[in-house]
Amino acid sequence: MNGRTFGWFVAPSVVMMLVFIAFPLVFVFVQSFHATQSVFETVKVESCTPGFLGQVCKTEERTRPKLDAAGRPMTETSFIGLAAYRTVLQPDAVWAALAPGGGGWDAVMAVDFYRALRFTLTFTLVTLPAVIGLGLLIALAVNTMARSLRGPLIFVSLMPFIVTPVIGALSIRWLFMGDGILTAALRWMTGSHISMFAQGWTIEVLMLVYRVWHVAPFAFVVFYAALQTVSQDALEAALIDGASRFERLRYVVIPHLKPLIVFVALIHLMDAYRVFDEVVGFSSEAHRISLQFLTFNLLTPDQAGNRAVTRASASAMLTMVGVIVLLVPILLRTWREQRGRA
Amino acid sequence: MNAALRLPAGLRLVIGVFVIGWVAVAAFPLLWTAVMSFRVPADALSANPLDVLLGPRTLETAGGVFGIGVTFEHYWAVWVTQHFYRNLLNSAVVTFGVVTISLSVGTLAGYALARTRSVLAFWLLVAALVFRALPHSVLVTGYVPAFLNSAAWLQPLWDWPLTGWLFQLFSARAPTLYGQPLAVIVVLVAINQPFTIWMLRSFFENIPAELDEAAQVDGCTPFGAFWRVIMPVMWPGVITAGLFSFLLAYNDYLVTALLLDSQSMTMVPAITQFLNRDSRASEQIEAIAAAVSITAPLFVLVMAFQKQIVAGLTQGAVKG
Repeated sequence: MNGRTFGWFVAPSVVMMLVFIAFPLVFVFVQSFHATQSVFETVKVESCTPGFLGQVCKTEERTRPKLDAAGRPMTETSFIGLAAYRTVLQPDAVWAALAPGGGGWDAVMAVDFYRALRFTLTFTLVTLPAVIGLGLLIALAVNTMARSLRGPLIFVSLMPFIVTPVIGALSIRWLFMGDGILTAALRWMTGSHISMFAQGWTIEVLMLVYRVWHVAPFAFVVFYAALQTVSQDALEAALIDGASRFERLRYVVIPHLKPLIVFVALIHLMDAYRVFDEVVGFSSEAHRISLQFLTFNLLTPDQAGNRAVTRASASAMLTMVGVIVLLVPILLRTWREQRGRA
Repeated sequence: MNAALRLPAGLRLVIGVFVIGWVAVAAFPLLWTAVMSFRVPADALSANPLDVLLGPRTLETAGGVFGIGVTFEHYWAVWVTQHFYRNLLNSAVVTFGVVTISLSVGTLAGYALARTRSVLAFWLLVAALVFRALPHSVLVTGYVPAFLNSAAWLQPLWDWPLTGWLFQLFSARAPTLYGQPLAVIVVLVAINQPFTIWMLRSFFENIPAELDEAAQVDGCTPFGAFWRVIMPVMWPGVITAGLFSFLLAYNDYLVTALLLDSQSMTMVPAITQFLNRDSRASEQIEAIAAAVSITAPLFVLVMAFQKQIVAGLTQGAVKG
């Protein structure tokens, strides 16, 4: 395919990604340095009240929103530098907390951004090995089952993966609701009443468990497909060399799966860093929030109907920096491999 | 299979127990909520699991079949009283739009990327991968103010004579995009595009290039070869990519919750309206009924397209 034909084929996609992804990104970047506020004007108003022998008049100055020709409140946008980033990151509060006699870790965690960052990173790094481990175990186990059973097993396993994330989280929450079946089961096992939604750490555990439940099927299906292509010759050769079952797994099967483990890890890093639906499904915002939820919350109108767009832009930019930090090592490796191949 | 590779009985038992355990964990939450949605609140929220399963109080008040209480009152409340079908219509509009546009734009690019080894193609794929990693909230932050003020900044397009006549065919003035399901389609397509390109590219790579070369030797234009020769054998791949586009659009909460208002909500964000009202017990069960209604089509989807979904999950993997 020559360059020109290639251009015509990819043009719609490239234009789309430029206009609807790249341009909004630049827009958010610029927006994070600008604040839009209503313009106020000060007017002199003379108000008179009828009084004895003539009116009593007084002049006072009032501030009111300036209206444009169409009668809408006028707004003006001004450059505010890093002010929005300071509001999100609160460096002063952090220095005060880290100084001797400050609040330390707890005081840093009182700032929403650090609270969200701490949770997002814990969430990403804890679920990653769990998803890969559980996925691998299920794949190995299903692979030993009779062929007729494998189809139905894959079907059941796909349900947690395919279900709407918010609803999957809700369905687990409902098992604990009121005297729900799992609350009752916990009481029966431990003898004491544990309310899973009353404190932060139990909610966090549930959120981690939910995500592993939700994504392990994906890892399972990928690993299971790869297990079908493990070389039987290599396995038998290992057997003849006296390798035990575990050694065959460790030195033949796992190396065969390694590229796929990297693939699943990469996809999971991207997706887990975006954690959001769990916060909505478990209503955990009082205890645990994620970086995406922080931005979402700033974009949602408050009681006065205002959206903190500038602060949301700053927090969105900071969220993006996090993704870049996570992905740069992997992208660099891909680039080096590509250069090595060429 | 070699006799020495066969599993000893003890290990076999452990594996069997593990698989049964996983199946229970995978299926239980969804099945249990489905059962709860057919019970009156007294049964559904009971501490005794047998009450939830058999629904004795549901049997007394609402009747049932084969001695098990079943009620459809919550579904009636959700779909008829609360007009949930309006949310279904919005969801249908959004998902249909996202799937059609994603696929038509994505197949073209995926095909070209599978047939080229240029540096440009490589960087396009890397860019797509970076966009794939982008948190959706970052993009939406750009869209929220633009959608709210669109009547002002789009107006020049309506006033400019060259484009104005075209746009004025649709509406007299520039519209406010906020709260328009049609406008949300664009955002979701943009989010979905990088993933679609990657997946379709690896499907196209499985189709031998000799096929389109032969077509071009026979006098087809490049587009003719793509459309008449490659696409007919590409349908399984297109269906798979379409399924994943469908899932993205159908399951989305973040984008639709921020860019749509309560009149134009799709189903998933609309479900929180059942939760946020000070919840009487029956409203809790209504939320569950709504959740089951949203999940049911996905259940059918897995049944019908299990093979394609598995193909899609492994496709990106095999090619890496």
